[in-house]
Amino acid sequence: MLLQIVASGLSSGSIYALVALALVITYKTTGVPNFAQGEMAMFSAFVAYVLIVDYNVGFVVAFGAALVFAFVLGIGFEGVFLRRTKNPTHLNLIIMTLGFQLALFGLAGWRWGADQRRFPFPVSANEVVHFGNVTVSTLSLATISIALVLMAAVFAFFRFTKLGVAMQATQQDAMAARINGVPARAVVALTFGISSVIGAVAALLTAPLITLDPTLMWDPLLKGFAAAVLGGMNTPIGAVLGGYLLGIVENLFGAYVSVEFKSAVAFLIIVIVLWFRPVGLFGRKPPRKV
Amino acid sequence: MDKNPGQPLLALDRVETFYGPLQALRGVSLTVAEGAITAILGNNGAGKSTLLSTILGVLDGQPRQGSIEFDGLAIDGMATEKIVRAGISYVPEGRRLFPELSVSQNLTVGGYIRRDRAATRRTLEQVYEFFPLLSERLSQPAGTLSGGEQQMLAIARALMNGPRLLLLDEPSLGLAPILVRQVFDIIQGIRDEGVTILLVEQNARMALSIADEGLVLENGSVVIQGPAADLIDNDEVEALYMGVQTRSPQSGSGT
Repeated sequence: MLLQIVASGLSSGSIYALVALALVITYKTTGVPNFAQGEMAMFSAFVAYVLIVDYNVGFVVAFGAALVFAFVLGIGFEGVFLRRTKNPTHLNLIIMTLGFQLALFGLAGWRWGADQRRFPFPVSANEVVHFGNVTVSTLSLATISIALVLMAAVFAFFRFTKLGVAMQATQQDAMAARINGVPARAVVALTFGISSVIGAVAALLTAPLITLDPTLMWDPLLKGFAAAVLGGMNTPIGAVLGGYLLGIVENLFGAYVSVEFKSAVAFLIIVIVLWFRPVGLFGRKPPRKV
Repeated sequence: MDKNPGQPLLALDRVETFYGPLQALRGVSLTVAEGAITAILGNNGAGKSTLLSTILGVLDGQPRQGSIEFDGLAIDGMATEKIVRAGISYVPEGRRLFPELSVSQNLTVGGYIRRDRAATRRTLEQVYEFFPLLSERLSQPAGTLSGGEQQMLAIARALMNGPRLLLLDEPSLGLAPILVRQVFDIIQGIRDEGVTILLVEQNARMALSIADEGLVLENGSVVIQGPAADLIDNDEVEALYMGVQTRSPQSGSGT
């Protein structure tokens, strides 16, 4: 029973972990959470949907196109909207992300309506695999593995490639990165592109589990936030661990306390973390600037 | 190595820099000879740091007037990244390390513009020779290093680009006297490897002891200029030493 709950938690936790990672990557760069993250991902999922359903494109090509779209959308959002903010205070940037969120949401609603659409996916949510007493749907299994592979790739990129290290450097001190020859503006845009792709993968894995409509990412975004706050907004690894932890805790709560209030766990966690450990479980206070 | 013998590596001609309505550099003209250490002296607010930031193009829209040529190339108005690519490295005031990155990652960013891996590895070995201490702390986050180690890392990072000209802003700031001596010895060693150095320093005596040329900035203008040996005996420079000694070292952040 317990193992079963943990297994289900790992599946939803994978989504939260992806969203949390996407949020943290851009948060570390701009100092503000990107509230448009969820809608950017939702829009990318619709791109895949339209290609598959309306144009009969194969899964691989459609998903690939959706990810390319997400990448361009992320870069465009930074380059066209955020960067041109004349007075880029945190408040102004937050308002810009909220505005972009509303615009994308409105656009999706106008174009595709509020219908809940079945999202075609190569792997089914109803077929199951048994591991001893634990039953996992093939979709959950795919979600868990895809998330793990993607996150491993992202961490390896940040840690081991020169561009990845330069991105981290830009996050910590953009001016210092520039005086070392790093084209900081392009690097910041690239950060948004990567973050948007990670979010889009989360959306492509969420849509087949529920259905596709413009509110697709509302719940995952809130949970992703909670996960990032729980693990630490400043630590990508912490945010990912926070995602899995939240997924498991939420499922335990749903099983033993109340299914109706399962979603309230995320909010409760935000409150408790902000009261007692604002840097998150795995976060450290940022070292003083040197 | 010297493509234009007799030509200065860096030449500023009547450079004017403003912070909003405030003028920080007033018609600064100077030349830096290839292979030399040139020391820029002056009190807080004289425009020393502004001069270095202007050369590197980090101040938006500056210099408003005048021209800057590096090895015959006009670099005024160029993007900082391009100026760095042209062969100028900069150790800013306050070091500006990446505190959460390891020593080794800081060095990686320092060599960002280089494509040639073999050359990067050679530079890295050279850097370890200059700073053996750093090679023992490669995986340590830069933010946890001591002040002296951070200064060493800042200089090491700037060398990773394989620069022809190195701009150093107050390398002695906040360091114990024994470390200051060490840093200045290393600066001389870097010059001996063929890197031209433009050094901003409040510690005038120390700077002139290793410099070939010196100049004094006052209120954004060059007021004295000449061989370092002559400046050591100059009365006005002597007055500047006194000024430095009576002033508290933390009296301002410079400009």
